[in-house]
Amino acid sequence: MSINVIKPGLLTTVQDLGRHGYQKYGVIVSGAMDSDSCRLANLLVDNEKDAAVLEMTISGPTIEFQEDTLIAICGADMSAEIDGHPFQMNKAVWVKKASVLQFKSVQSGCRTYMAVAGGVDVPRVMDSYSTYLRAGIGGFKGRALQKDDVLPVGSPSNYAGILMKQMHTEADAGHFREMDWGVSMNSLPDYREGAIIRTIPGRQAEWFTEKSRELFLSEPFTVSTKSDRMGYRLNGPELSLQNQQDLLSEAVAFGTIQVPPDGNPIVLMADRQTTGGYPKIGQVITADLPAMAQLKPGEKIYFKEIKHSEAQTLLVENEKQFEQLKISINLKKEQEGNA
Amino acid sequence: MEYTVSPLGDESVVIQLSESISVETQTHIGAIAVYLDNHPISGMVEYIPAYTTIAIFYNAVDVLAENHSDGTNAFDIVQREIEKMVSRLPKNPETESNVIEIPVCYGGEFGPDLEVVARHNNLSEQEVIDTHANGDYMVYMIGFAPGFPFIGGMSEKIATPRKDSPRLQIPAGSVGIAGSQTGVYPIETPGGWQLIGRTPIKLFRPDEEVPILLKSGDSIRFFPISEQAYHNWGAGSHEY
Repeated sequence: MSINVIKPGLLTTVQDLGRHGYQKYGVIVSGAMDSDSCRLANLLVDNEKDAAVLEMTISGPTIEFQEDTLIAICGADMSAEIDGHPFQMNKAVWVKKASVLQFKSVQSGCRTYMAVAGGVDVPRVMDSYSTYLRAGIGGFKGRALQKDDVLPVGSPSNYAGILMKQMHTEADAGHFREMDWGVSMNSLPDYREGAIIRTIPGRQAEWFTEKSRELFLSEPFTVSTKSDRMGYRLNGPELSLQNQQDLLSEAVAFGTIQVPPDGNPIVLMADRQTTGGYPKIGQVITADLPAMAQLKPGEKIYFKEIKHSEAQTLLVENEKQFEQLKISINLKKEQEGNA
Repeated sequence: MEYTVSPLGDESVVIQLSESISVETQTHIGAIAVYLDNHPISGMVEYIPAYTTIAIFYNAVDVLAENHSDGTNAFDIVQREIEKMVSRLPKNPETESNVIEIPVCYGGEFGPDLEVVARHNNLSEQEVIDTHANGDYMVYMIGFAPGFPFIGGMSEKIATPRKDSPRLQIPAGSVGIAGSQTGVYPIETPGGWQLIGRTPIKLFRPDEEVPILLKSGDSIRFFPISEQAYHNWGAGSHEY
């Protein structure tokens, strides 16, 4: 099975949950910006959680499927249509051979994820399928998708195979068929302007003036147009240090908020460098990274500081919720298997 | 060994050993890295060593599961594991330090800023080359790009500020100077360093198990090669 790229969209790349274990060599993590949507899409088509998906940005691609397949779309709503017919996100959808899937521009949010049963079948580089754009490795030929690319797809799981047969019959002569169950919208995050992003203090938070720390947690910041997978540059009140002091480069993390001398904070994202030398005023909590990743240039956010222990509680709860979702989906599978 | 532990994020901590760069600190960080390679703490995903710090990234859910804890105190558990680790570190760590020789074709199209460095320091281009190639260097940390070495030991005689506006593309292998630092670009990237030459050897090798040539703690020597030797490198007996 393979997928033909008719139009590549603004920035469509192959991603998974990231390249971990190589940062000590200076190799960045990469991976899906919104890992929650990435793993949900894989779960819905019964892929392994680290299968390769497509990440689309702001304006999505147009693609054609060479064989019958099972897909799931999660994340930002790009009004996806199969042969001109809209269909629902957050559920498995059977798609007939030679159908064309078209994405438009995002309604809300910034990034959309498409999982295909069997996963996009690209070589693993340093234990990951993720595209490392700057080094030109991983993903599909180490780059963003282009017109006329042909992406190979792996073999669907047994369960996905059974589903595809059932749905093929149910689809009758139609070009696609939606699964009768999916993940309800009220259990998914709502991407909106004016979002509150929760943080914990950064390692050099004390280096900043009291006024700067106060402004950081009270005033809105706007996502600048110079934002990408590497980092979100924010515009807002200028943040300054009490004393001009130099920081020796040290490790940074997904969500680290560093402040260069111009006083405008940068939130480091999936393609961040491994180390940085700017003082860190704060750190976006893990549970809020998917919401951060769905922000578009021009949108406003507020930061709210919480305790480190609270951040850990939230991330553990988030994982528990995902496990719950997995259990309920597995139950559905058993029921369908017995039907 | 004195150290502090503080959170970086909610799934990472930084162990800080010192406030300033020294060979001793570098050696201790190297010892921690070796220890973690052999005995990763529970739930550890990876670590990042730097000049005076080493960060450990962990999966909070795994930390709790591996310690049969139903609480949310992953950070406390990690902190205890770090204490245990430190107590088991060798008192006088030995360092595994390789000496790596890096051939450099200085000047010409490979080193467009050699002249800038010479003029800034009132030296001839040949004096800049001799000074750079006669230094004893050490790799203090890897960061910024895959396999990019932060190297200490360059003579102040050839120190030169970065370019006012960075170049959009610096070819892989470029050898540069920024302030009193020297370094080699492993991949093509934008950057503001003054470029004095280029090496034909690859510092980033994504297909190999250890994908980079240089490690922190390594000693480095640069030696000048001709343009012809640059182009023939790898074809003959000089293959590294």
